[in-house]
Amino acid sequence: MKYTQNFKGRSYAFKGLKTLLANASPLRSADELAGLAAVSEEERAIAQWILADLPLTEFLAEPLIPPEEDEVSRLIAESHDYDAFAPISSLTVGGFREWLLAVTTSDQAIASVRWGLTPEMVAAVSKIMRNQDLIAVAKRCSVTTRFRNTIGLPGRLSTRLQPNHPTDDPKGIAASVLDGLLYGNGDAVIGINPAMDSPKHVENLLHLLDEVICRHEIPTQSCVLAHVTTTLELMRRGVPVDLVFQSIAGTEAANKSFGVNLALLAEAHDTALALGRGTLGDNVMYFETGQGTALSANAQHGGIDAQTCEARAYAVARAFSPLLVNTVVGFIGPEYLYDGKQIIRAGLEDHFCGKLLGLPMGCDVCYTNHAEADQNDMDNLMTLLAVAGCTFIMGVPGGDDIMLAYQSTSFHDALYLRRVLNLWPAPEFEDWLNRMGIFDGYNALSLGFTPPRLLGVINELTGETL
Amino acid sequence: MTDPWIALRRFTQARIALGRAGHAVPTQALLDFQLAHAQARDAVQLPWNIDAFAGQLRDIGEETLILQTPVSNRSEYLRRPDFGRVLTEESRIRLRNLKASGVDVALIVSNGLSSTAVERRGIALLQTILEGLRVRQFRIAPISLVANGRVALLDDIGSVLGARVSVIVIGERPGLSAADSLGIYLSYAPKKGNTDAERNCISNIHPPEGLSYESATKKLLYLIEESIRRGFSGVALKDEMDGLLAEGKPLIE
Repeated sequence: MKYTQNFKGRSYAFKGLKTLLANASPLRSADELAGLAAVSEEERAIAQWILADLPLTEFLAEPLIPPEEDEVSRLIAESHDYDAFAPISSLTVGGFREWLLAVTTSDQAIASVRWGLTPEMVAAVSKIMRNQDLIAVAKRCSVTTRFRNTIGLPGRLSTRLQPNHPTDDPKGIAASVLDGLLYGNGDAVIGINPAMDSPKHVENLLHLLDEVICRHEIPTQSCVLAHVTTTLELMRRGVPVDLVFQSIAGTEAANKSFGVNLALLAEAHDTALALGRGTLGDNVMYFETGQGTALSANAQHGGIDAQTCEARAYAVARAFSPLLVNTVVGFIGPEYLYDGKQIIRAGLEDHFCGKLLGLPMGCDVCYTNHAEADQNDMDNLMTLLAVAGCTFIMGVPGGDDIMLAYQSTSFHDALYLRRVLNLWPAPEFEDWLNRMGIFDGYNALSLGFTPPRLLGVINELTGETL
Repeated sequence: MTDPWIALRRFTQARIALGRAGHAVPTQALLDFQLAHAQARDAVQLPWNIDAFAGQLRDIGEETLILQTPVSNRSEYLRRPDFGRVLTEESRIRLRNLKASGVDVALIVSNGLSSTAVERRGIALLQTILEGLRVRQFRIAPISLVANGRVALLDDIGSVLGARVSVIVIGERPGLSAADSLGIYLSYAPKKGNTDAERNCISNIHPPEGLSYESATKKLLYLIEESIRRGFSGVALKDEMDGLLAEGKPLIE
């Protein structure tokens, strides 16, 4: 299919849906690097015009990668629900944007078309939406998940406590965990990126986190972000695994380069469910994604632009009812998202696309030192995401991850969002914070109070009485 | 307000027990973070004075060759890693005209993502490496100095020189804790199209906190000798080395 438009004597032609989507995508360096970006602003704007006029049914007729070549395409085709699609089946992409924003469309109506939407439809509409549209519509999507607490309720914001250490030193990690808990963080998950992926090593970290959670009866869950095959092996050996982690992408080839496929993820999902460790629910998966991952994985993007590819990863995620999905938005560097403007846009797009598809979407609001960005950009993005109803953000001590060498959001940042936007932690975790005397009952830290039980742990670690 | 658990700081370099002003970090912690970030940004953005660097090497009797990648400025370098992986055609011709033959080791230096690292540490590390190579009587090509290079440049340069092993010393992506860290990458039988899996890496070279120049050189010499003896470099070689030498975790370049 060829998409054409004449504009002031110039004719524009885009060969195929993939090319049209790539050209309509707001500028980012990943698409420039892949040679997929529009060559001019005008070309981009024209592509957006053509895209807006496209019927949503076009996305069902023209898959971006043929299903016979790609299992993610197969998954998208097979999981598409025509009945759910019916109310919007006559709309164009532009009409769909207006339907999402209309006051006559109920939040319930938006939720009910989830399985009638393909990631490509969602990516397409995001490309013709302003940042405020992405915020306004995401805010209308409520996604709730449960393991040992309830994540994603309206008016709530959760945090992943990320206590990384360059050598995985147990005391170093424990120190950061305690710091985070005492700052009221960790209801989404206490999740460590291990410095080494060996099973024995990951096992030790899982025991460490399990002990902290059990001993203090914290209504939260743990995760060590090892490769899924490592976690599978540990689950079979009876190691206490709460959540199964895996990085995923939007094409079969990119997932293959990560060493995963849908069957492997299904096996891990089933194995984790069988452990029955969740007390309130059975959402047992934790996925991470990020625009540009397919490109960085040996260019396995199949000619699909970074943002559309990212949305396709959400089709993979939602097949496994995850507790949490985290777009690690600025992590892989300026060749994918160049500056604060591109990172902010991508963070809002990912959150919107994930939520519209029904995912518990959080965001690692982050950047590296070679990106044209700083903590002020992160302040902007986390505030915008919190307004949009983002499910969770990271909590890293001082915002400085000393293992992964990048900057994210801090324990203090979550307190800021709680204060200015009145966002509360997950209810079960909030109760725990209040019971422990960490929070004051009004969504803020108690003044200068260290709970005796946690103080005891600190004394054990330091071998002295504070 | 300070945190009563400040004693935990001895266990980690992480920014814990920062204290607070209301919900936010105290002023000192805020400014401390911003200083570290400023140093990291400078390391990425400041240009490398490559002529002065070449002069210093000449002063100690080393032969150098200044070459170019197609990268035209720092912003392009950051956006287009592919440009940093190859020489310009003109530079390739200059290199070819050296008519180097029988070269054991091609040695390349680039500022990579931290000009600060090469400016501050490049000469000292090179001196240690060159001394080690000479003791073992390796034949070394003139040192290639290339601004705005990426790791894979070692395959382009090494293959033109026909070197048995190609080695690049390069500024690593700055972190908040170290903005001046160097990395060394090695490729046996260098040729364009080789992948990361066929290279070895020695990272985190920034004494006194990171790896010392002597330890880095010792590892490098081991890798050069073993790769020549076995006829390959990369993952397969690393697995064997890990048993013999403790290694730092590679940072993303």
